[in-house]
Amino acid sequence: MESVQTLPPASAERPWPEILSGMRQALPIVLGFVPVGFAYGVLALKAGLPALPAALMSVFVFAGSAQFIAVGLLAAGAPAVTVIVTTFVVNLRHLLMSAALAPHLRQWSRPGVAWLCFQLTDETFALHATRFARGETSKAETLAVNATAQAAWVAGSVLGILCGELIGDVKPLGLDFALPAMFLALLAGQVGSRPRVATALASAAFSLLFLALGFGQWGVIAACVLGATFGTGVESWTRN
Amino acid sequence: MDQKLILLTIAGMALVTYLPRMLPALALSSRRLNPWLERWLSHVPAAVLSALLIPSLLAPEGRIQASWDNLFLWAALPCFLLALKTRSFFGVVALGLGLVAGVRFLS
Repeated sequence: MESVQTLPPASAERPWPEILSGMRQALPIVLGFVPVGFAYGVLALKAGLPALPAALMSVFVFAGSAQFIAVGLLAAGAPAVTVIVTTFVVNLRHLLMSAALAPHLRQWSRPGVAWLCFQLTDETFALHATRFARGETSKAETLAVNATAQAAWVAGSVLGILCGELIGDVKPLGLDFALPAMFLALLAGQVGSRPRVATALASAAFSLLFLALGFGQWGVIAACVLGATFGTGVESWTRN
Repeated sequence: MDQKLILLTIAGMALVTYLPRMLPALALSSRRLNPWLERWLSHVPAAVLSALLIPSLLAPEGRIQASWDNLFLWAALPCFLLALKTRSFFGVVALGLGLVAGVRFLS
């Protein structure tokens, strides 16, 4: 008699294709994160932050703009509470992103969601939002995107900390344009319908207004809420 | 600042960064949402990217540079056109870096 063996689903047994696919999809983020992380490392060292804490910040905080601002504040001798409160305000926008991903995570375990969110950045969020909208919610692939992105961020930071003395400026290589270019590419993937175009235009207009008024980080959050509301309004209106 | 205080500051930063990243997803992923709210949330990615792009292009150094010699603003045009055409992240980032580095080299 033949013994019939039931094979477990390939994805559970061999997640490698999904992990590799996630790493591949994270490549543009890597291209942006390594140079920006490098710039952070250089700045942190120049601001007088010791090497180890500077690297640990990239591991445990993992938030680009907040890290730059925090290093600047620490260099200026700001008290710890100021640095922490500023970080909170700068990173509060992730609240909206976390909520936006939630409807796609119903099949995920709670520890899985908690882990995914630890590595939620503007860039990984934008990529996941695009992937999830296509129905690609594989856990291995999603977490591989995140791990690859953070590995790039930490590697860039460490490189900057180690050889920041050698390279004074990342500007001649155009590396400071890496993240804006990525936002452009990600935005292009989000404006496939007229209501989304309305959202993007309204959000840009409000962001511009609040920037001119000097609202800082609150301006980005407010522009996002107002822009999304406007786009949703346009969508409901054009449907009826 | 001594090392211990710096590490405590980083721990505080990590906490106030993680909570807003995690709580909404954890609270909302286990329940059915109001369809209107779900539709609103589907607009958030476009809104966030657009809201972040404006300051990154217009005020790359923190202050507004709304002039004709704002290189980022010019470089953004071909990048966005290429992005709409090809959807290739890698191509767009490569074009952007090339343009910015090239113009800086020549000027």
